[in-house]
Parts: sequence; C-alpha cells; structure tokens
Amino acid sequence: MTSFSFTVLIVLIPLFVFLFVGLLGHKMKPIVSGIIGTSGLAIAAILSYFTAYQYFFNTEKIGGAYQKILAFNTVWLQFTDKLHIDMGVLIDPISVMMLIVITTVSLMVHIYSIGYMKGEKGFARFFAFLSLFSFSMLGLVLATNIFQMYIFWELVGVSSFLLIGFYYTKPSAVSASKKAFIVTRFADLGFLIGILILSFNTGTFDFISLTNVNGAAIATGSGIAFLGLSTMTWSLILVFMGGAGKSAMFPLHIWLPDAMEGPTPVSALIHAATMVVAGVYLVARLFPVYAISAPDGLMVVAYVGSFSSLFAAVIACTQYDIKRVLAYSTMSQIGYMMVALGVSGYGGHEGLGYMASMFHLFTHAMFKALLFLGAGAIIHSVHTNLMTEMGGLRKHLPITHITFLIACLTIAGVPFLSAFFSKDEILTAAYHSNKLIFVVQLFVAGLTAFYMFRLYFRIFWNKDTHYHHTPHEAPLTMTFPLIFLAIASIFSGYIPFSEFVSSDSLPFETEIEWWPIAIPSIIVGLLGISLAYILYKKESTLPHRIASSVKFFYTSAFNKFYFDEIYMFVTKKIIFNYISRPVAWFDRHIVDGFMNSLAWITNVTSVKIKGFQSGQLQQYAFVFISGAILLGILFIYLFSI
Amino acid sequence: MNNGIPIEYFLVTATLMFFAGVYGFITRKNLITMLMSVELMLNSVNINFVVFNRYLFPGQLEGHFFSLFVIAVAASEAAVAIAIIINIYRNFQSIDVEKTDEMKF
Repeated sequence: MTSFSFTVLIVLIPLFVFLFVGLLGHKMKPIVSGIIGTSGLAIAAILSYFTAYQYFFNTEKIGGAYQKILAFNTVWLQFTDKLHIDMGVLIDPISVMMLIVITTVSLMVHIYSIGYMKGEKGFARFFAFLSLFSFSMLGLVLATNIFQMYIFWELVGVSSFLLIGFYYTKPSAVSASKKAFIVTRFADLGFLIGILILSFNTGTFDFISLTNVNGAAIATGSGIAFLGLSTMTWSLILVFMGGAGKSAMFPLHIWLPDAMEGPTPVSALIHAATMVVAGVYLVARLFPVYAISAPDGLMVVAYVGSFSSLFAAVIACTQYDIKRVLAYSTMSQIGYMMVALGVSGYGGHEGLGYMASMFHLFTHAMFKALLFLGAGAIIHSVHTNLMTEMGGLRKHLPITHITFLIACLTIAGVPFLSAFFSKDEILTAAYHSNKLIFVVQLFVAGLTAFYMFRLYFRIFWNKDTHYHHTPHEAPLTMTFPLIFLAIASIFSGYIPFSEFVSSDSLPFETEIEWWPIAIPSIIVGLLGISLAYILYKKESTLPHRIASSVKFFYTSAFNKFYFDEIYMFVTKKIIFNYISRPVAWFDRHIVDGFMNSLAWITNVTSVKIKGFQSGQLQQYAFVFISGAILLGILFIYLFSI
Repeated sequence: MNNGIPIEYFLVTATLMFFAGVYGFITRKNLITMLMSVELMLNSVNINFVVFNRYLFPGQLEGHFFSLFVIAVAASEAAVAIAIIINIYRNFQSIDVEKTDEMKF
C-alpha cells in the first residue's frame, strides 16, 4: 500500500503561496509574485499527477475496486466524543480526477494570467486570490467529511466573490460580486440545513461511512416521511440546493452571467472549469446515498439539470456579450452533468450516467477553460466584449482562431473530439432511463452547436470590422495555455474513463451506441453548425429577420426570460416593502425609541438637578451636616421607643 | 472619683464648642477662619474623649491617647490645609471660599 500522506501538500502549497504573496506581494515586483504563484501551482500539479499515477496504477485494488483512502485526518474541532469535525484528505477516484482537473486548469490560468494581467493594478493581489481559490477548491474536493466540504465550499465562495469584484472601482463588478455571493450564500443555507438533517439521521459527517452502501448510514432516515418524501430525501434535496446554487442551476443561476465582470482568467478557472462544477461533485460525492436512499432526490437533480441546460442554451443563442454566451453555455453543460447524475443508477453498467457525468466534467473543464481563455485573448486584443463589434478576426489572431475552433468543434460534439465521447455517454444514460430527458438533451446538443458556431462565425468571419488598433496575437504566456488546452480537448476523450471512475469503483466497459444515440447527436450537432454557418458566415440581415418573426420569444430570451427582473421584483417590491420595511420601522421606532427615551429622561432629569453641584463648599457642608443631624435625630427617636 | 464638677458641665461645654465650630465652618468665608473652626470641632471632641475616659474608665488611658493622636493629626492637617490655602491664593488671588467654585457642573 502506497502512502498518500504527501497529498496534504497539494492543499497546503497554494495556501502558503496565498499567505506569502498576499502579505508580501506589494513589496515584490509584480512579475515575481506571478512566478511564485505559478510555480506553487506547478508543484501542486506535479504532485497531483503523481498521486493519480500512484492511485490508479500502483495501489492495490480490493476485489477489483478502487478503495477510498484516508490519506490524512485530524480532529479539528471536538464537541463531544461522537460529534467532532475533522480535517483531512480523502483519496478516491473522483477526488483524484478533480485534483487533475483543478491543478491543470489552474496552472494554465496562472500562466495565462501572467500575460493577461500584465500591467494591471493589483497584479500580486490577483495571484494571491488565485492561490486562495486553488487552496479552497483543492480542500473542497479532498474533503473527508461533509462539514469540511462545507467550510471549503464557503471559502471558494469567498474567493469567487473577491475575484469577481477584482476591479472594485467598477460599480458593475462590485454589484456582480455581491450578487454572486448573496445568491450562493442563500443556496448554502439549504445546504447547511441539509447537512444537519442528514447528519442527524445518519449520525455521521464522514463520507466513507456515509457512502458505504452496506453501512448503517444509508439505511436510516428513510422511514419518517414529510410531505410524501422521506427525511433522507428532503435532506438530500436541500444539499442539492447548495449544489444548484454553486453550479448555477435554475432558478439560482442568476449570478453566473453577472460573474463575468471578473477578469477573464478568473471566469475560465472559477466560473467555467472548477468552482461551478462543485455542485456536480457534491452530488457525485454523495451519489450512493442519493441512488439508494433517495431516488426521488435524483429525479429532482435530473429535471433541474435538464431544464437548466435547455433554458441556458436558449438564452445563449440570443446574447451578444461573448463571455455571457460562454457563461450560459457553462450553465447548460453543467445541466448535462446533473442530468447524467440524475438518470444514473448504482453499480456496474447502471452507473453509466455517474461515470458520464464525471467524464463530461473532465472534458468540459478542458474545453470550456480553453473557450474562456480564447475569449480572453480576443478581448485582450480588441478591447470589447461585444461580438457585434468583432468580425474577421481570423486573420489577426491565427493561434486563438485555431484553438477556439477546436474548442467549438469539441463542445458541438463533433466525432472523435473529447466532448463527443462524454456527451454520448450522457445521452446513452439518459436514453436508457428517461426518453423525455433524452430528447431534451439531444435538442440542447443542437442548440449548443448553433450558439457556439454563431459565436465563432461572428468573431472570426462575418464582416471585416475596422479596428482602432490592429488586433495582434497574444504573447506566448497566453497562447501556450491555449495550445495545451486545445490538445487536452482533442485527446482527453480517449481516456478510458470507465476504467477509473464508476459509481461503485469497479471498472466496467463502455462502447459507443451508434444508433439511436451517437448518429442523431452528430446529425443534430451538424445541423446546428450549418444553421450558424448560413446565418453568420457572411454578414446578412437574415438573423435579424428571423429574430423579428418570433419577436416575443426572442426578446424574452434576450432579456434572460426576465429572471433578474423577477428576482428584483420579489426582493425589492415584496420582501423589502412588506417585510424588511416594517421590521426596520419596528427597529427604528420601537426598539430604538425605547432606548432613546431612556436617554432623554436621564438627560432632562440631570439638567434639572445639576444645580445641586454648585461648587460652593459651604453649601455641601451645610447639607452634609443637616443630613447628619437629621439622621442623628432619627436614630435617637428610633432607639428611644 | 467625684471631684466636684459634674460630667454634664464638660459635655455642654464641648457641645457648645462643636456647634460653634460647625457654625463657623458654614458661615465664614475666609478659608483660614474655616480652618480654625475645624480645629474648634476637633478640640471639642478631644474634650469628650478625655472626659469620658476620666469619668467612665478612670483606670484606663485609651481616651487620653486618642486625644493625643487627634492633636497630632490636627497639627499635620493644619500644615496641609495651609499649604492648600496658599496654593488657592496663588490661583485665585483670594482665599474667599465662595470664589473657589470651579468644581461645579
């Protein structure tokens, strides 16, 4: 058995880098802090790859299954003998996979940021925050128990808040960061309640004992029912609410598009590849519990995921801000992962969806980070986010063009690129479980291809826009990550994922089902691409005419189906007016009024009696002596009775 | 132990002295006069000590010693008080007690 205790370093190195750069960053040259941050992450990445190699190839399997290994564990907070919160490192297939995803993408983003953020104010601060985020995210995926996960969950929320609001002089960035934090925090309330109910029922926080299929934890809590669902189901639905908030699932998705106010590398790292898939990871982590004691919870996951993916894909077709298109695309792809988890069963081939979800998570991290970094390179050279102000960029940005095209082809599900395989697994799982969801996801696949190629053609082809400065290709620090991720997007589909990750840790075989899954999905994808080609390859008025023919639908999709407005209405008009204002009135007038009147009475009385303190010594002496005499008389009178 | 003078005579004298002191302390405006009034009160108390000792516990000496203590304390008090009065005079150019009324609201 190999010892994995070194894995704790993977988490701690980014923490030290954060402290070091955060405390001393302003004393260094900016580039030095960038190099320190990047090399810290590089070490963590190397250690992660080594861990993966050791875990998958050099560790003894028991009964053919990968074991969950507790690499490190320490009691962090002891309440009673039974109730304690631990901190530790849990090594199992999905956490190792997440290690690879996070450290790879984070390393690429670090390298990219050296170029992208060059000359920005707060360069060192940016790298410190990136390290803080990497630390929190790694701690989240390696958590041994649900409470540790919750703590790191909040930490990633904070780092996301800090990074979205990185340009804190911009009011829109500030409000976006607040929105992201408040919405996810609201969702985390559900998560916390879910944790408490879950742990109350099962008597444990620990993932190993929680997810042990033969253990006591899974069997409990299914008896008591509330509103037709068992307590276990309710707690898991609440836990999923936290996941939905982080992963921007409908109806808690409103923060993700606004989060694009942050610097683009941040969007690539946090809001595309890693943090937003934390919700998926959470469900995957607790998957045996969902699958065995709360199949209704999984249904919720599946339908929420499916609806979110459709909803986001429709909105993505109408947006003009390239980062927002990508944000909605992220939401849609995460919907896919949720669907895959939701339709999955437990064990063997039944667990195909689980494996597909993790597979898609992996490939999505690569190609979506690539798309965002590509978008960053484009924004860097043309200084705008709007695709209406772009066009014909293929001549100016050859490397970005090629890598962006690869990413678009990947996400569109073109055969033999990575997402083709993972999306195919998801569709297969959906097909065998729920035909309705299968059809929806197939349609979304077409929409995905359409809006990605709409983006692609609008940026790189279409009209030849005249730019103020001729756009120039980004520096090597920015193109290298693009090329690396493009290679990863092409080839990561060939990893035999089902050998490594499965719901019961037992490797199984998968094969592509050409009919009725792969071929329809390819056809739908090609249809989407061709439609985008027809509409956007050349500058034409056709898209505009189509949009005005379905004007109502188009404007509502363009306005994100008015969800921001609905939220504003509910919070501002209803909660503020009918709850907050009366409560504030009560506070100001009743509570404060009571306190103020106490102060007022004291004040008036003291003004009235302050004349007693005249400063006249003899007056005091007179009062004193009269008092003494009076007391004397009183005592004589009392004792003489 | 009766030497002819009844105890009431002493006590009445002491009481008269004491209230003369109180009256002087309250009515006089000159700080030195007030100090003298305080001495008057102290001395009336001394008389009481000595008299009670002599008449009630003739074999003991506590009363006498107490009055000796009071005399010593009164002497030092007078020194301190006069030092204070000198300082007040330097501040206010007067030792009128009604003028030293800065310590009010």
